[in-house]
Amino acid sequence: MRREEKDSGQTRIMSRRRFVQGMAAGAGFTAYQWIGRSVLGEIVPSKPAVLTGAHFDLTIDSITVNFTGRPSRATAVNGSTPGPVLRWREGDTVTISLANRLKHATSIHWHGVRVPADMDGVPGLSFDGIPPGETFEYRFPVRQSGTYWYHSHSGFQEQTGLIGALIIDPRDHDPIEFDREYVVLLSDWTDANPETIFRNLKAQSDYYNYHRLTLPNFISASKKDGFGSTVSQRLAWARMNMSPTDISDVTGAAYTYLLNGHAPNANWTGLFHAGERIRLRFINGSSMTFFDVRVPGLKMTVVQADGNDVEPVTVDEFRIGIAETYDVIVQPQDEAAYAIFAQSEDRSGFARGTLAPRMGITAAVPPMGPFPMRTMADMGMGNMKGMKMGDMKGMDMSGMAGMNMPGMTTTQKNMPKSTKPAAASQNIAAMKMDRSDMPGMELGRDTATTPLPQPGPDATPIMPMSGMADTEARLTSSNAVHLHVGPQVDNVAMEASERLNEPGDGLTGNGRRVLAYGDLRARYRGVDGRPPTRDIELHLSGNMERYIWGFNGKKFADAEPIELKLGERVRFVLINDTMMEHPIHLHGLWSELENGHGEFNPYKHTVIVKPAERLTYLVTADTPGQWAYHCHFAFHMDAGMFCTVVVKP
Amino acid sequence: MAVVLVLSAGSIQQVSAQMSMPSAGTKDSMMENAVITHARLDQFEGRTSGSENEFSWDGEGWIGTDMNKLWVKSEGFSDNSKLSDGDHEALYDRPIPRLRYFDAQVGVRADLDSGPHRAWAALGIEGLAPGYFEIAPTLYIRDRGNVAGRIVASYDLLLTQRWIAQPEAELNFYSKDDPGRQIGSGLSDLDAGLRLRYELSRKFAPYIGFAYDGRYGNTASYSRHAGETTNGSQFVFGLRIWY
Repeated sequence: MRREEKDSGQTRIMSRRRFVQGMAAGAGFTAYQWIGRSVLGEIVPSKPAVLTGAHFDLTIDSITVNFTGRPSRATAVNGSTPGPVLRWREGDTVTISLANRLKHATSIHWHGVRVPADMDGVPGLSFDGIPPGETFEYRFPVRQSGTYWYHSHSGFQEQTGLIGALIIDPRDHDPIEFDREYVVLLSDWTDANPETIFRNLKAQSDYYNYHRLTLPNFISASKKDGFGSTVSQRLAWARMNMSPTDISDVTGAAYTYLLNGHAPNANWTGLFHAGERIRLRFINGSSMTFFDVRVPGLKMTVVQADGNDVEPVTVDEFRIGIAETYDVIVQPQDEAAYAIFAQSEDRSGFARGTLAPRMGITAAVPPMGPFPMRTMADMGMGNMKGMKMGDMKGMDMSGMAGMNMPGMTTTQKNMPKSTKPAAASQNIAAMKMDRSDMPGMELGRDTATTPLPQPGPDATPIMPMSGMADTEARLTSSNAVHLHVGPQVDNVAMEASERLNEPGDGLTGNGRRVLAYGDLRARYRGVDGRPPTRDIELHLSGNMERYIWGFNGKKFADAEPIELKLGERVRFVLINDTMMEHPIHLHGLWSELENGHGEFNPYKHTVIVKPAERLTYLVTADTPGQWAYHCHFAFHMDAGMFCTVVVKP
Repeated sequence: MAVVLVLSAGSIQQVSAQMSMPSAGTKDSMMENAVITHARLDQFEGRTSGSENEFSWDGEGWIGTDMNKLWVKSEGFSDNSKLSDGDHEALYDRPIPRLRYFDAQVGVRADLDSGPHRAWAALGIEGLAPGYFEIAPTLYIRDRGNVAGRIVASYDLLLTQRWIAQPEAELNFYSKDDPGRQIGSGLSDLDAGLRLRYELSRKFAPYIGFAYDGRYGNTASYSRHAGETTNGSQFVFGLRIWY
């Protein structure tokens, strides 16, 4: 249970501080302090606040900020970036009145929140966007709990600062026990105009990569691995005109990485008492950056992912993809300072904060890890030469633990233990769901034509009507995709493999226990026990050199919408033909990652697909409408990696 | 040449197919078909052989979308108010289907300098050959069966992240003599260089290097006749600038 009294007692200690970022410029300097819930009640102009309740008035405006030593313009919510923490309660109907004071249209998308399609905030799909000077009212019931976030879905406003944390408290008690909590919102800030960044990438895709292979690299690699093998490795990449250093498109060369809107030197600090269980709600609100997060000296127990509780798993480090959230518990036993260290995947910079028993104490910031390299495995060349040991280890592990070749055994795993149709239990399920805000659900039907509840202690699954043999027979791959290379596709993975138990490039062999997707086991049974009726296969494709991205080799403009029938349950099969991870976000519906835990597969809203990975998740199309489906790399989305999923009644 | 023609015909069909597609959804807020501009002066330099000095430039720019671009290229030499080898091109550019890194280009070339002017139709491809080689072979045609060819190739060798050595070569061929422009048939000239630049930023890189200029066959004869040298190397210094 939360101990609110204690928290409010602590609040006073955290008076306003002035931050000096160590930059030369002083004039026009604006710093934002943002200390999660503990700053509640403080009145400081242009400081992100925590807003609670059921009605919210938000104003989008352009403000001057200074994160780098130079003043720059940002897109703000209620005068701050990141915007205020919104705190909702499950079961409430919330209204958000959003006023646009920009010169351009704006929007807010409630990332991971299951809302009616017209409340989803995607211009062109959910609504027309909010024109300058106008106000739009969002209104919808909140049927879930957990850590989420919100951001603009217009232009590059997300990159220019229109992001914020969204916390939904459970209706009843929170099963996660903690004494104190902090939001840790990570982001990537640039003083540059995002359109300029986009243009630079189109003109030279490695514009921001300052880890490219050089002649001295070649000489030292030759000395280490031998001249012949180094030449053959370089030639293997050269033949494809690709680079093993292609980790991040936009790097620390353009970005200052922020933690709760604080540059590393500004050192955001959260206070604690020794022995407390601190819940850190990590949100990756960046546009182009994956972060590898750790708190040196403390174990982190992951208790929630993408707003859904998971069985606690204790790690030293985790990778957080763009738009993902992880809630972790740390429990420092000493009255000492601990660094929250989030380095970008390409090690070109880091976001940093501090957990401390009192203000002013800092912890040593660890050095950044070595720059990761892509391997032939990332190109989908399987076990060919050039592959590193770390990856082989990862693959072996995945072979042992994962074991779910989607489309074969997973269906079985997802079936409830009892194979009999069990009309009685079905009725119970339907009735229970009725109770949890599900009007219109017909008793005895095994469909999901109204939104299913989030898995939880009180949610009961719908059972499948038919036997397993039947459903296996009905399972068809609706679209076999045969890609070929061309202007939109620079590579087709010869061998896409399951990589659920690999933490990711740059995270193997560092001596730390790093979270992998295979570790995520839902705390509560999934609510839709039905097997999927068809597979929807999608290749994540792109041409890095041209900086064109898409699904199945098609940019959004050329792609047909993916059509789902209301109530149907389908399997998305994603095959990543590119050399980069892609955080794929399906709006409006959960993505139930098939990571080998069967009924306890985790519910996610954003799923990282690694290079040359084949990954699957199940989707219940229980909310009608047009939904955005896209890569959450802002510039990949804008370069075409976006399509529409239509759920038709 | 036939191949190039077929390719460009194919691309035009695709253009019209794309235009008839219905527009959908959230497109206006996306950048995927945004018109983007890029301009780059690869060479903007002084050349000196000790006794002779000249200035030369070689740049290109484009405007358009992923699939349809207008390219402009320009190069030339200037020495004591005389312009030579002035070559200016405007080309429609489109990625070649089934090829990852090559674009087809079709358009016009105008030889505009202190000599007699010439106008050519231009057909070529430009892109990244395996091994990170930039290569652009182009074929030019004008009246009375005059055909010319040019190959430009370059490579970026990274000494460090910011010190980059770039070998580069341009070869020109002509089917017929053109005495007015002192050009002979066959391989007429080679302009090759090795430039070492320092990228203060990607968009601003000063460089130094050597350039070799060679004239061959009848072109060399014309040069000798005019009392000019037929080959020589020069020290170069300049700027590589982007927009």
